[in-house]
Amino acid sequence: MIKVTHLTKRFVQKVAVDDLSFTIEPGEVVGFLGPNGAGKSTTMKMLTGFLPPCEGKVSICGFDIGKQTLQAQRQIGYLPEGAPCYGDMTVAEFLHFIGQIRGYRGQELKQRIARAIALVELQQVVEQTIDTLSKGFKRRVGLAQAVLHDPKVLILDEPTDGLDPNQKHQVRKLIKSLAVNRIVIISTHILEEVSALCTRAMVISHGRLLVDETPYELQSRSRYHQAVTILAEQPVDRSLLQALPGVAGIEDNPLDGSITVLAEAGQVIFPVVNQLIHAQGWQVRELEVERGRLDEVFRSLTRGDAA
Amino acid sequence: MRQLPIIFKREFSSFFATPLAYVFLLIFLVLSSVFTFYLGGFYESGQANLNPFFNFHPWLYLFLVPALAMRMWAEERKSGTIELLMTLPITRFESVVGKFLAAWVFAGIALLLTFPMVLTVNYLGDPDNGAILTGYVGSWLLAGAYLSVGSCMSALAKNQVIAFILTVSVCFVFVVSGFPLVLDAFNGWAPQWLLDAVASFSFLTRFQAISKGVIDARDLLYFLSFIAAWLMATAVMIDLKKAE
Repeated sequence: MIKVTHLTKRFVQKVAVDDLSFTIEPGEVVGFLGPNGAGKSTTMKMLTGFLPPCEGKVSICGFDIGKQTLQAQRQIGYLPEGAPCYGDMTVAEFLHFIGQIRGYRGQELKQRIARAIALVELQQVVEQTIDTLSKGFKRRVGLAQAVLHDPKVLILDEPTDGLDPNQKHQVRKLIKSLAVNRIVIISTHILEEVSALCTRAMVISHGRLLVDETPYELQSRSRYHQAVTILAEQPVDRSLLQALPGVAGIEDNPLDGSITVLAEAGQVIFPVVNQLIHAQGWQVRELEVERGRLDEVFRSLTRGDAA
Repeated sequence: MRQLPIIFKREFSSFFATPLAYVFLLIFLVLSSVFTFYLGGFYESGQANLNPFFNFHPWLYLFLVPALAMRMWAEERKSGTIELLMTLPITRFESVVGKFLAAWVFAGIALLLTFPMVLTVNYLGDPDNGAILTGYVGSWLLAGAYLSVGSCMSALAKNQVIAFILTVSVCFVFVVSGFPLVLDAFNGWAPQWLLDAVASFSFLTRFQAISKGVIDARDLLYFLSFIAAWLMATAVMIDLKKAE
């Protein structure tokens, strides 16, 4: 369990993290969301004991990160932003070094390294110098390092940043497989990642926690929540749609000529829209219900924070 | 303390991962011979001792040792690996001392590779090998003192070149503080205790005392406490600067 109370970090020019409090239970995958410079990385640096907070406390599995730093750090696997590794070492040497630091020796050390290598699929580059690896492989080395000791808490700062879609998919799959019975915290500004991975989303802006809820709840804040998009063969009579109960408005999508019927908050309009389409005999090519657009929620929550 | 050897090993082998180690060894060996034979007048002096060899070490180290120390922490900060290192379950003591010892042992190896000098002088005459041994000990302590300053400057500056220049400057001050040039500047107006204090901070006087064949506990203590103080300053610097 992670317990954070009144965490605050001030730098000379600005307040990076402002009175943050939250609790995370095992099994949760938490996504820190926020614009660049919102304080996500600073928060992670304080959770892992890299930066001392100005105020507040962090407790990792019962260990105070300020007072019992080493015990707390033993519980954590951490992938810092950009996945820094010692570039002059080979993958095998690097993982060997990390494993030894984590206190493993002999057979167990070998097994742990082999397991981590298999987990992130590094077999083909084991003997290569880290500097010569592609971005995707470097990231995976960083992940292997973080999971080597099977930590209770996994903190990953932008784990998929700068990866191609295939690599992103792979890293997400990996994170999902690691999430069982652990605490996983990732920071990201890729919104699809949150709905794909996380059980809980925390939107941070200007160092403050704005929202702490499930990705679904976050999506339902969107004005597109429960909206129905219709792509019809011929123009449809808008006034009929507008007159339906629970309909808030209609938007055009000039790109493909479809229209989006927005729902009033808390209303489900798909059944009535569907009935109307059948009753009118409209030829509809595509019909889609939206859960909400995260990017739109994100923008409205953090508006004016462009850093 | 268990993790110190692991940090040491990684750091030590990282010297050899780049050409740095070999370049350093080569330059050190070539320059130390050049200084001994050409500038030191080893043959001309007609004496069977290694004074011409050791006398140049404070000056040779002034430029070579900072080059060895400059990447110690600056590199970690620049590449971001410091964040990895500082979030691993190791103490600050282990990381600072482990890194320092790796560089110090490397400097010791460079020094040991000058053994042909000892063979030469023993072949040519009948030197006081005890004095040669203390000369080596003194030289190694001197290298350690330079390295500890370098370690701190490397933690202070993210840029290795700046770390290098800062280290050279600080070490230079400690070398020349025993020189008449510096002491004369204090002479006449400063009280005697200040004069003594400045002179006693000098690497040169301490080093010369040891390399003459006498290891005084005070000189030993001077170097060891000097190293300890700068390593503590390194730890403080790291905490102040790591986030930048």
